[in-house]
Amino acid sequence: MKQRPLSPHLQVYRPQITSVLSILHRITGAGLTGGLLLLGWGIWSLSHSAEAYQCFTECMAHPLGKLVTIGFIWALCYHLLNGIRHLFWDAGLGFKMAAVNASGWVTVIASFVLTAVFACLYFY
Amino acid sequence: MTESCGKTHKKIETPLARAKGLGSAKSGYKHWWMQRVTALALIPLSVWLLFHLPNIFTASYAEAQLWMSDPWNAVTLLLFLWAAFYHALLGLEVIIEDYVHCHVGKPVMLIFTRFLFLGAGVMAVYAVLKINFA
Ligand code: HEM
Repeated sequence: MKQRPLSPHLQVYRPQITSVLSILHRITGAGLTGGLLLLGWGIWSLSHSAEAYQCFTECMAHPLGKLVTIGFIWALCYHLLNGIRHLFWDAGLGFKMAAVNASGWVTVIASFVLTAVFACLYFY
Repeated sequence: MTESCGKTHKKIETPLARAKGLGSAKSGYKHWWMQRVTALALIPLSVWLLFHLPNIFTASYAEAQLWMSDPWNAVTLLLFLWAAFYHALLGLEVIIEDYVHCHVGKPVMLIFTRFLFLGAGVMAVYAVLKINFA
């Protein structure tokens, strides 16, 4: 392809709640697909043998495994809440700037609160 | 002008095209629509999973087996797996289509992703059924 000059793109804009939450939806969605494969490994190991399952849970109990688990919880909470915003928009609702900003902040704050609650539920 | 749901639309497609849901691209509508349908299904299913995940991630072998043998848990997990793997594959396809422009790399990645997620999805479903029926 011929290299042509491009007009200024995303990097010239100051980050805003709308654009940041939008790209986070994509990032969490991609991350969750990895989480899904992880869940598949867990279910597969459980069906295979006690040893295979123990190997899986030991990985999950490792500090790194716990970090991945907490990351998975947050990604799911965020993507779930923001996904609900998306579905409202698809239905033609919630497009006023005030509503977009308010639902955005609720999503961010609720995703962290829920992550803290579920992390406690999982590890204590 | 045509009437639908009390709203007036500019008539830019034939009634047949409209009924089939096909836009000018001829395909893709179903992709977009199923992303939404699976998202809707995933709202209750993901909430359920968040409460039940420790039964797979941190439980002992006996506890996890017992949990998975409960018919309601098995059925709900199967529904989650179906919706989530379908939704994940649709979503990844959109991301690849957006970012990969190479005429060789794009179809290769799309096909690989499809094989990977269909394969992993079938393996996960098979494993749940095996625990319950083997
Ligand atoms: C394991 C669970 C999930 C995975 C792996 C996943 C993955 C993805 C991916 C990869 C995308 C594409 C992102 C993009 O195009 O930018 C996506 C989009 C989407 N997801 Fe999910 N998702 C999951 C759960 C959910 C849940 C629970 C909801 C609930 C509402 C949801 C709602 C949506 C919506 C509405 C879109 C379309 C967004 C758009 O068009 O930009 N997802 N998901």
